[in-house]
Amino acid sequence: MNKPEPENLGAHSRRTFLKSLGTVAATAATAQVTSVAAELEKVNAEKVVGPNAVPVTLKVNGQKLKLLLEPRVTLLDALRNYSTFTGAKEGCDRATCGACTVLLGDTPVYSCQKLAIEAQGEEITTVEGLAKNEKLSKVQSAFLDQDALQCGYCTPGFVMSVTALLKRNSHPNAADVKHACAGNLCRCGTQPRIIQAALKAAGVETASRTEVVDYV
Amino acid sequence: MSNWPTETKYISHATTRIDAPAKLTGKARYASDIQAEGWLYGMILRSKWPAAKILSINLEAALKIPGIKAAVTVKDGPRTIRFYGEELAAVAGTSKQACLDALRAIEVQAEPRHDFVVNEAEARKENAAQVWEGSPNSSKPQVRESGSVDTAFPECAAVVEGFYSTPIQIHHPMETHGNTISWTDDGVKAWASTQGISSVRDGLAGALQLNHSQVRVVTEYMGGGFGAKFGAGVEGILAAKLSKAAKAPVRLMLTRFEQALAVGNRPSSFQKIKIGATADGMLHAFEAENYGTAGIGGGGDGGGGGGGADITLPYLYKVPNSRVKQSVVAVNAGGARAFRAPGNPPASFGMESVMDDLAVKLGMDPLEFRLKNDPNPIRQREYKLGAEKFGWKQKYSKPGSSPGVVKIGVGCAAGAWPAGGGSSDTQGEAQINPDGSIEFRLGVQDIGTGTRTVIAVIAAELLGLKPEQITVKVGDTNYPPGPGSGGSTTCPSISPTVFDICQKALAQLQTQSGLADARGANWFAACKKLGVSPLVVHGKWQRGLSADRACGVQFAEVEVDTETGLVTVKKILGVHDCGLIINKLTLESQINGGIIMGMGYALYEERVMDDLSGVMLNPNFETYKLPGIADVPNIDIVLINMPERGVIGIGEPATIPTAGAIANAIANAIGVRVCSLPITPAKILAALGKVPPVTT
Repeated sequence: MNKPEPENLGAHSRRTFLKSLGTVAATAATAQVTSVAAELEKVNAEKVVGPNAVPVTLKVNGQKLKLLLEPRVTLLDALRNYSTFTGAKEGCDRATCGACTVLLGDTPVYSCQKLAIEAQGEEITTVEGLAKNEKLSKVQSAFLDQDALQCGYCTPGFVMSVTALLKRNSHPNAADVKHACAGNLCRCGTQPRIIQAALKAAGVETASRTEVVDYV
Repeated sequence: MSNWPTETKYISHATTRIDAPAKLTGKARYASDIQAEGWLYGMILRSKWPAAKILSINLEAALKIPGIKAAVTVKDGPRTIRFYGEELAAVAGTSKQACLDALRAIEVQAEPRHDFVVNEAEARKENAAQVWEGSPNSSKPQVRESGSVDTAFPECAAVVEGFYSTPIQIHHPMETHGNTISWTDDGVKAWASTQGISSVRDGLAGALQLNHSQVRVVTEYMGGGFGAKFGAGVEGILAAKLSKAAKAPVRLMLTRFEQALAVGNRPSSFQKIKIGATADGMLHAFEAENYGTAGIGGGGDGGGGGGGADITLPYLYKVPNSRVKQSVVAVNAGGARAFRAPGNPPASFGMESVMDDLAVKLGMDPLEFRLKNDPNPIRQREYKLGAEKFGWKQKYSKPGSSPGVVKIGVGCAAGAWPAGGGSSDTQGEAQINPDGSIEFRLGVQDIGTGTRTVIAVIAAELLGLKPEQITVKVGDTNYPPGPGSGGSTTCPSISPTVFDICQKALAQLQTQSGLADARGANWFAACKKLGVSPLVVHGKWQRGLSADRACGVQFAEVEVDTETGLVTVKKILGVHDCGLIINKLTLESQINGGIIMGMGYALYEERVMDDLSGVMLNPNFETYKLPGIADVPNIDIVLINMPERGVIGIGEPATIPTAGAIANAIANAIGVRVCSLPITPAKILAALGKVPPVTT
């Protein structure tokens, strides 16, 4: 069955997010005289940017990008529409399809759910950053060999999810792959091949389930 | 007999996609990735009313939003809106954020109408609101009758009746509909996410009053279509108008929300079926009445077929006494479009369900019952092969006899795809250079099926080269014309065309080089003799190298948890014929895809409309459920190799039988039939009498 996710997926886990909220709330409670809302307003006041465009620096595939973005611009939007990294695809823009998956450090994230300004200081890797000197990565090669793509639009997202999986677990089984790719959709129906490709990238060959017979 | 080579190195073997590296590295540029010089972002404003009279649309405030360069209406002046999500106006600006602001600033004066109807059964009622004023929602039923139905039923030993329904299914390709369009004095260039570059070219030219040579459509890569992406579309025409007004290229891709509302779906079906067989298990009498909706399409004088909501009953069976009534009903919702094997998955589901129910009543094994009644020899073979591989005899037991809480069941079903042959209009060319490099150019498009690779495989085989030595260019209306990618026709259209180009190229090279055989080891020497000018060879589709009418049967094994109603599909076996196999690797991928899409149809997918507000309730992926990677079962495939038939398309046949096979496996597991797709846990629990029935 599905393994639980590792406790800490880096700086962007829901846990750390909740923790920081907790701190704010605790501070508010001790202050007593100040309402939570007022306290939040105070905390926010120190960091308010926008609504007009602000300078944003992103590090994408080792390359520094200096952009001028409204704070409401998502990382996906920044990559696809304010620079030339169109590898991450927009399938839904609301955290349901995974086509926009990129890595922040070693963690796969939906880039449509991250504001670009929040991604500053992170090592961002997109599908364009995996091949080195025109040589496909292990995961990309396995996808090619297993025909783990059809129209190819969801493919960058799956490749990133599988890449992240192999970074944290070099010997995954099929259930691990399913868990790692549970947030990625493919409408062409390539999923069986994606499982095979992920296992192949981890060094496990799977037998073909197809038989050709003559009509006699 | 076809003239395809029998001893092959590449044809019928497995070749990886020649364009896979581009797709895997992000280098492939889809319509939504195009960043033409000075491009603008485009977005559409849609109706929030299911029915309304639009009095006026004021764009002035929108045009004042910083960054906005153009705004256009779909139509100036008063007009009638007939569904929630219908296009009203569009804006183009320097950012998505500017466009979002501008859409909010557009002022629409409208008289919303409260007499709308989104439910098929309601729309059929005498006093229902009319979708098209002055025209009844329901078309006049089309009746097909043979034999003598009324006297035949009393002659039957067993008769069953049922009411089987299928939902509206949304195509939901991962790349939404849309284009990047540049309209300059030189004409229009559209980078389209389309299955038909030629039909988009013709559609844009018609709508923009340009001649065909002024419009060029380019589709290097596109992110899926499944039948919904053939025309220029309202969104394409709006993008072109915005480009003209803004004097800049405009990229206008639909959001997922818009995708669900306005660019096509598979029509619903409501099939009332009565069927009878004689004591020896032969089908004898059949009666069916079916209606479905194609949204605002259909109804009126649609005559049963309008909008594509008609289905073929009694599907692939021959019943000597048969009467079928078909009608289409219009509702206030987005219109239907072709969807992978139009009409077939619903027909297969209805027929195969009622076949199983009749087999049970006759006390026969449903597979035996099918073998008695299926007239097609290829499917007979497929059933027998499949049964053996699947272990049907060992696995099949009487419905509901599986012990325990989690029950196991098996089922089978069949499909027949009448098309899948080649288009005789297909043309193509190859340029052979003196250095031996060769480039094929065909005005078709690759919708994810591996079209480029098919061309490379055939050319490599016939020229004695390797697939990686063949450069393939597709997806440009400047290339010789090819068909749209629909009806499973692309492979059988291009394969004979490439065959013809290769034959002509070899003949020419022989003449020009003096070498008896220009293939393989002689290729480069022969090409060198061309001197300085490349050889350009034009070819056409040729008869005798492709065929149509593919069959297919599938077997399903499911587990049903009778406490939660959850269905887990454990295994699907697909047995399919597709004539001469060109590339085993991409063929298997297509069959996997057809099966998984069929599984979504069986268990998860359904457009949900709100009767009171006329609004679609699940226009997104969190509430419109697609099969995910954890849902996908083990899929086994048996391919029947029939090279003597030539090339046949497989894209559509593979998705037809899946829902019927899964539905039958579920009925076999729990001992009662769920007659309505998708077969949700709630419907299963209701069928088991554990919760009240689901009413939709």
